[in-house]
Amino acid sequence: MKRIVRLTLGIALLGAGAVHAQGTLDAVQKKGFVQCGTNVGLAGFAQPDSRGAWKGLDVDVCRAIAAAVFGDATKVRYTPTTAVQRFPALQSGEVDVLSRNTTWTITRDTSLGFNFVGVNYYDGQGFMVPKKLNVKSAKQLNGATICVQPGTTTELNLSDYFRANRMTFKPVVIEKLEETLNAYYSGRCDVFTTDVSGLVSTRGSRPNPADHVILPEVISKEPLGPVVRHGDDRWFDIVKWSLYAMIEAEEMGLTSKNIDQASASKDPAVQRFIGATGDFGKMLGVDNKWAFNIIKQVGNYGESFEANLKPLGFERGINELWTKGGIMYAPPLR
Amino acid sequence: MSAVLPRPPVLPGPIEWLRANLFSNIPNALLTVVALYLIWRYLPPFVNWVFIDAIWRAPSSTACRAAAEAGACWAFIDEKHRFILFGTYPFEEHWRPGVATLLFLALYAVSAMRRFWRPWLALVWLAGLALIGILMWGGVFGLSYVENERWGGLVLTLILATFGIVFAFPLSILLALGRRSEMPVVRSFCVIYIELIRGVPLISLLFMASVVMPLFLPSGVTVDKLLRAQIALILFSAAYLAEVVRGGLQAIPRGQYEAAEALGLSFGKRTVLIILPQALKISIPPLVNTFIGLFKDTSLVVIIGLFDLLLALKTAINEPAWSGVGVEAYLFASLVYFAFCYAMSQYSQRLERDLSRGPVARALKDT
Repeated sequence: MKRIVRLTLGIALLGAGAVHAQGTLDAVQKKGFVQCGTNVGLAGFAQPDSRGAWKGLDVDVCRAIAAAVFGDATKVRYTPTTAVQRFPALQSGEVDVLSRNTTWTITRDTSLGFNFVGVNYYDGQGFMVPKKLNVKSAKQLNGATICVQPGTTTELNLSDYFRANRMTFKPVVIEKLEETLNAYYSGRCDVFTTDVSGLVSTRGSRPNPADHVILPEVISKEPLGPVVRHGDDRWFDIVKWSLYAMIEAEEMGLTSKNIDQASASKDPAVQRFIGATGDFGKMLGVDNKWAFNIIKQVGNYGESFEANLKPLGFERGINELWTKGGIMYAPPLR
Repeated sequence: MSAVLPRPPVLPGPIEWLRANLFSNIPNALLTVVALYLIWRYLPPFVNWVFIDAIWRAPSSTACRAAAEAGACWAFIDEKHRFILFGTYPFEEHWRPGVATLLFLALYAVSAMRRFWRPWLALVWLAGLALIGILMWGGVFGLSYVENERWGGLVLTLILATFGIVFAFPLSILLALGRRSEMPVVRSFCVIYIELIRGVPLISLLFMASVVMPLFLPSGVTVDKLLRAQIALILFSAAYLAEVVRGGLQAIPRGQYEAAEALGLSFGKRTVLIILPQALKISIPPLVNTFIGLFKDTSLVVIIGLFDLLLALKTAINEPAWSGVGVEAYLFASLVYFAFCYAMSQYSQRLERDLSRGPVARALKDT
């Protein structure tokens, strides 16, 4: 198995090398749309609504890139990818960018031949317990029965955490997510563990969300962000700054509603942001109004969070701006 | 001196009928009682759940559940039916996959009638499929272009299944003939092909097509995902169908081959006029079996992220506002799959009956 994986990776890297003969930006401009790899369906991040239109935090990154490159956020085509498909799809050039709740790790950043442009959601593994058990901290979980899915880093993190804290647990390992959830909700296990975003969205879909609490301990780091291929720095820059423009705009208080009025502002930072002065667009190789277009058509990071994740019961938490106690931080646009 | 006539036959009354059919002996009587109990116990609650207590319109599943604790939440299907049927196809253009679906159904209906089994039927199919292609892709006659990443739902399932059967079937006949051929190269090629493809699961073929193949293509060349999956499906079912057809070929008595040869018919005429009509007729049950299997196998494309009927449905229940309606959703999906598969199986039974009345069948029985 390992050999096959290695072989596949080898082939993948060869393929990845070949794609770069021509710049991604040129290719994208020539075909007239951004091909964006997304999740097949993950509520809040990438999910088609009843009318078949893609919505979500990850989808908004794709739209922002299109707004920056074409001045039109609708010029995106989505390629839904499964967990195994996503990397070959990017390596082979089938997609221009992968915005699919992918955890940034050193392996992926180096040997897979990718560059992570930044983080659009800081996730981490957490625990959910029924409220009636009256558990306040993960440290109280010694001897607990824990529902977990096999073959994921989740399972490894879990045993690491318990070993490090000299506690024991009884795992209930079930392959399918739905059945794992059933086991938890029917009381077969005391605790359910997965990424906090997953906990929030499953809890939000229960008739009585308040019956379950998510413990404060987060036992792993899962920074999720958009990914591009190695070796095309110009495209890397465009995707990176499309994401940062959304975060920066929130910090500056620019929203899709007020950005038109902001054009009249004398604030030099705003003037630079909307492209009235300075040549940031030109430096990136796109239109000078790129950031204006992103905010006007997609909105800032906070608006995107508000629209996609708030309704599911997500709190900003560490995904709040650094000025408000979180760790969302964009390098300065100047 | 009057002759004693036999007693006129008594038509069985309801009680006799019951006694003969349901209570003929003690085990049968017991089974009847148990079956009646199960029906009495579970049928009324099921009917209640499906129809009487069900909610047909609601803004979300929580509202639905609040309105009816014990009923089905069909409001989910009401809200999501367009997504389930047409996937991520642009909403304003949904009439196009709609018409395409109807065209598919019309093509099936026309082909089901034996009086239309004429050479021009192939042309009708060609025209029909071309029309479906134009409708789905657009880009001509003022229709906007829709890339096939956005195709989805029932129409995608029908496309995969129909193209799968239409291309795999002729291919399988060639493979079956090839496997029985006396030319060593042709024969070994067919044997290797069939054994190789049958030796791996469809999932691994789909993975090869979707994950590995693009990496081998030169840069800038991308064959789209749908086409790759379709080709994998065709190659896979062709291998299975080939063995079914070969079974039919082997069932033809040697005399038929010899008689055809004695008449001086060429290989082509022998095969098309004498052997295949008989062989295919014999293999109708396993053929339809494989077709039904293929129709349901299309749902495996979920693993490569194609929005077929089942994935569209799964995505729809993924939405938090509509979570917890899995039972209703999967019931709906099974109903759709059942409708198509049952139609196929019923049609094949009728076809078998019709064909077994023909002269060919009589001739076969005599041999």
